[in-house]
Amino acid sequence: MRDVRPNPDDLLSLAANEAARTGRGQLKIFFGACAGVGKTYAMLQAARQRHAEGVSVGIGVVETHDRGETRSLLEGLPEIARRAVEYRGHTVHEFDLDRALVAGFQLILVDELAHANASGSRHAKRWQDVEELLAAGIDVYTSLNVQHLDSLNDIVAGIIGVRVRETVPDRIFDTAADVLLVDLPPDDLLTRLDAGKVYLPVSAKHARQNFFRKGNLIALRELALRRVADRVNTDVRSYRTYNAIHAVWPTRERLMVCVRADSAQEDLMREAARLAQRLQADWTVVHVDRPHRGQDPGTREILLHIAKAAETLGAEFVNIPGEDVAATLIDYAHARNVTKLVMAQQIQGRKRPWHMHLSERIARAKPGIGLVLLSPEPSSTARARPRHEIAPFSYMRSLGLATLVCSLTTLAASWLLRVFDLSNVVMLFLVTVVFVALRLGRVAGAWAALMSVACLDFFFVEPRLSFAVSDTQYIFTFALMLAVALVISQLAVRLRSEAIIATAGERRASAAARIARDLSGAIRTDQIASICTDTIAPLFSADVVLMLPDAADRLLIASGVGFVDVSVAQWAHDHEQPAGLGTQTLNGAQALYLPLKAPMHVRGVLVLRPKDGALPGDPDDRRLLDACCSSIALALERIHFVDVAQDTLVRMEGERLRNALLASVSHDLKTPLTAIRGLAETLEQPHSLTSTEHAELAHAIRMQAEGLQRLVTNLLDLARMQSSGVRINREWHALGEIVGSAIARFGPAFGKSRVKADLPVDLPLVEVDASLIERVLVNLLDNALKYTPADSLIRIRADASGRTMYLFVEDDGPGLPTSDVESLFAPFTRGQKESSIGGVGLGLALCRGIIAAHAGTIRAEQQSPHGARFEIRLPLGAPPEIERENTP
Amino acid sequence: MSKPRILIVEDEADIRRFVRMALEKEGMNLFEASTAAQARIESASRKPDLVIVDLGLPDDDGKTFIRELRAWSSAPVLVLSAREQETEKVEALDAGADDYLVKPFGVPELLARVRAQLRRAKFISPAGAASSIIKFGHVSVDVASHEVFRSGEPVHLTPIEFRLLASLIRGHGKVLTHRQLLLDVWGPGHIERPHYIRIYMANLRQKLEDDPTQPQHLITELQVGYRLAGVDVFHDGSARLTGHRT
Repeated sequence: MRDVRPNPDDLLSLAANEAARTGRGQLKIFFGACAGVGKTYAMLQAARQRHAEGVSVGIGVVETHDRGETRSLLEGLPEIARRAVEYRGHTVHEFDLDRALVAGFQLILVDELAHANASGSRHAKRWQDVEELLAAGIDVYTSLNVQHLDSLNDIVAGIIGVRVRETVPDRIFDTAADVLLVDLPPDDLLTRLDAGKVYLPVSAKHARQNFFRKGNLIALRELALRRVADRVNTDVRSYRTYNAIHAVWPTRERLMVCVRADSAQEDLMREAARLAQRLQADWTVVHVDRPHRGQDPGTREILLHIAKAAETLGAEFVNIPGEDVAATLIDYAHARNVTKLVMAQQIQGRKRPWHMHLSERIARAKPGIGLVLLSPEPSSTARARPRHEIAPFSYMRSLGLATLVCSLTTLAASWLLRVFDLSNVVMLFLVTVVFVALRLGRVAGAWAALMSVACLDFFFVEPRLSFAVSDTQYIFTFALMLAVALVISQLAVRLRSEAIIATAGERRASAAARIARDLSGAIRTDQIASICTDTIAPLFSADVVLMLPDAADRLLIASGVGFVDVSVAQWAHDHEQPAGLGTQTLNGAQALYLPLKAPMHVRGVLVLRPKDGALPGDPDDRRLLDACCSSIALALERIHFVDVAQDTLVRMEGERLRNALLASVSHDLKTPLTAIRGLAETLEQPHSLTSTEHAELAHAIRMQAEGLQRLVTNLLDLARMQSSGVRINREWHALGEIVGSAIARFGPAFGKSRVKADLPVDLPLVEVDASLIERVLVNLLDNALKYTPADSLIRIRADASGRTMYLFVEDDGPGLPTSDVESLFAPFTRGQKESSIGGVGLGLALCRGIIAAHAGTIRAEQQSPHGARFEIRLPLGAPPEIERENTP
Repeated sequence: MSKPRILIVEDEADIRRFVRMALEKEGMNLFEASTAAQARIESASRKPDLVIVDLGLPDDDGKTFIRELRAWSSAPVLVLSAREQETEKVEALDAGADDYLVKPFGVPELLARVRAQLRRAKFISPAGAASSIIKFGHVSVDVASHEVFRSGEPVHLTPIEFRLLASLIRGHGKVLTHRQLLLDVWGPGHIERPHYIRIYMANLRQKLEDDPTQPQHLITELQVGYRLAGVDVFHDGSARLTGHRT
């Protein structure tokens, strides 16, 4: 049976698009081939229609260029005041993003999407402003000319001969909710132009003849039409995917563009971008990093530039280390399931006839991958590789050193020759060549090889001190030796360079592993913050600050110093995009602000301020930084969910306790209440009772009420301690007073005479809340009196030793009811289950709570031979000074 | 001797009722007020010998009423309070109340306090100045000559100990707050140092009480202050033992 299910991944991404669209504002682009086709006019007409439908429409920026018919369309539409910016001496009126965000319009018109903002604006480009409006849920109408589309930029430049610098990434165009082509046949446009209805900037007046040639207009029109057609095609495809009407499973294309870090690679990438777009393929830009090139700062700069360009064009950039470029590329392509390799065709001709071109080498390897050779014309603005000549001095130095080493070897050899054969001395020269190649590089190695052969010939082969050779056999020896020396030296250099790559890779890998390991062990956010400042900061030689959002999503500094611009950080957090130094947004800031994106939410912002003012330029370092960010984000998210789980657990435990309390309390409250009510009702019939019975009943009621009172007191104390988080009112007290006061609570009827206090005279003061400690003692005494026979004795002892005050409550009764003495302190535990003796199992739990609040401990133990002992330990502070009176 | 006149200010009718029944049985004359406003009228018109005031009144703060009463009357004031209101109690005592009872309280306790206050008022008011010989338990104190005897044996007290004892004697039967005692014995500079009193009270108990941990006369009112209980005062120097505080 044929399976016509839609691919779940496609559906998911469609659903994500839908969701993003519903939350986001919708972008409608009025797209045209060139200026003058009537984009602004069409946009205003559409806006007026929406306005008439009741949508609140605001004018962000509309360039009417003083055309009357356009200006008349503006009437009645509210305008958002623009922001005046000083730019190179004169004032420019820029679109005011902040005002637009708070103005409350449903739809905002922002003309000329490709416009570059004056420096000092929040974003470098207007399309970023539009992105932010969309993210805030505001619909936007905008206009765009075909030459401003990033991927078509160089084609247009080829047609009209002028390269436009202001470009818009293709993804903005591709993800716009709607693109409306505003089309005007070239003849009509030229008529309009002649009638003076097309505005041209003063500076471009001279280009009029060149630009508005009919041939140009036709070509631009075709480009625009084709681009829109591609987009419509995409729409149809996604519709088909959604509705499962495709007959064949699409095999996804993946392009891999191989770039070199030297000349105009941007054009290659643009070509590739168009190709990828037509093929609906994902694409990757790959550069093979050969270590001796990576050390060159100019190359690194170009690589960074390529990486950025790749990102803007929608590609992933990868820099992989490897000595053999072809093999490395093929391996990587296989690993990533690449279907087509795209590379530039070298047209300069072979400089070195023995050297095969990379494309040839790849083709010969028969990788089973399509190879696309593009030959983009190097454009006028393409960057030429800055030629970093290695300073002649450094060459001279290494060659000089090589010469010196060879001379030393010659000296040593002349001495050794007395003992050894000449063939052995040759080995000495080979060792020298290897050594020089390893330490001084390829060129010096080759030089040393030549030197060695020359020295050998000159000094050691007959006739000596002459390059002439008597025995022709030596010619063969020299040739062989030269070949071996050269090969060895090249091998040695390669070995060393691979070791260098491996070391750099190893350094990053181990750093990433270390950070990941540290983060996985972190259980609190302050630990993560300290990992950021202690481990990540030195790795990038930067000051690092971790910022975490509070409950209201406002960012707070979790660690580090105060160079942070909170508003930039907040922007990065809210928009989930990097901001600050080296980005397109707020790049006037001193530091780079990276949002920490976790699967569920942005968990914070990592702020990096490089110590030397420059960000890590190496793409590998940037990837390491990205990896760090996602590790931190994951760790933060993990901690967040651990907290959530713990909260839930605590709440559940609280719930359980409350239920147990309710059950227990309702029993213990209702029992005495029932007794009191029954007794009182009996008393209401006075005639049926003798006066003795009367008195007995009254006494019983009183006893029940007093029991109830103790219970209520405990409950209230517990509630008070729990609700206010144990607010204790500490003062320096004499323990004797508290003990005396606790004993005095029990009248003679409750066995006060059975309690004996035995406190040393010189007991120091303790800093406690007296009424709480009294409550502890009352509870302990109450328990002791309740659970021991009427003839047993209860002793209170105290002892101060070291930094601790010991307080004991002992009895000689039957002892503790259970061997698990700790369980006595859990709330709602009573020694004897369902005994007739009243009182919820609250007393000891309350005692423990109170003593813990005093940073003390309480525990119970059996006495031998019988009896129970409760031991309270309280820390002894430094008692306040007392001015002693002068005793006469 | 005429019946003592007692005013009870309490908004709970049942509490008023049982207090009235208990005190009337003791031969006292009871007047009731359920609000502070009513209490002002009753106290002015009835000239009570003792006032029992609940701190939580519906219309006004009991402390305000006590302060107003103290402006013109020296009749003892007995405060009723819930246990949680420790600071309230201290404030009421500082405002001029003489003693307090914590709710819920029993009838015997109430009777004892009322009797003690009435007795104290009777001793102090007519005589004005306190008499020179004071006796409690086995201890006798000659306030004039600063001599203290326990079971006939002379006891040596330091000057501050004696000042503290004298202060307690002057306010005997009353609850004296820490603040009042500190002010009286050490002066205004020591009001924030209640631990001074605790140390000196411990010394006094060692010297004067039979069982210092379960004192019979130098009674601790935890978190509030102290009281001297069981005192007999005789102008002629002879003494009589009274019952202990129950």
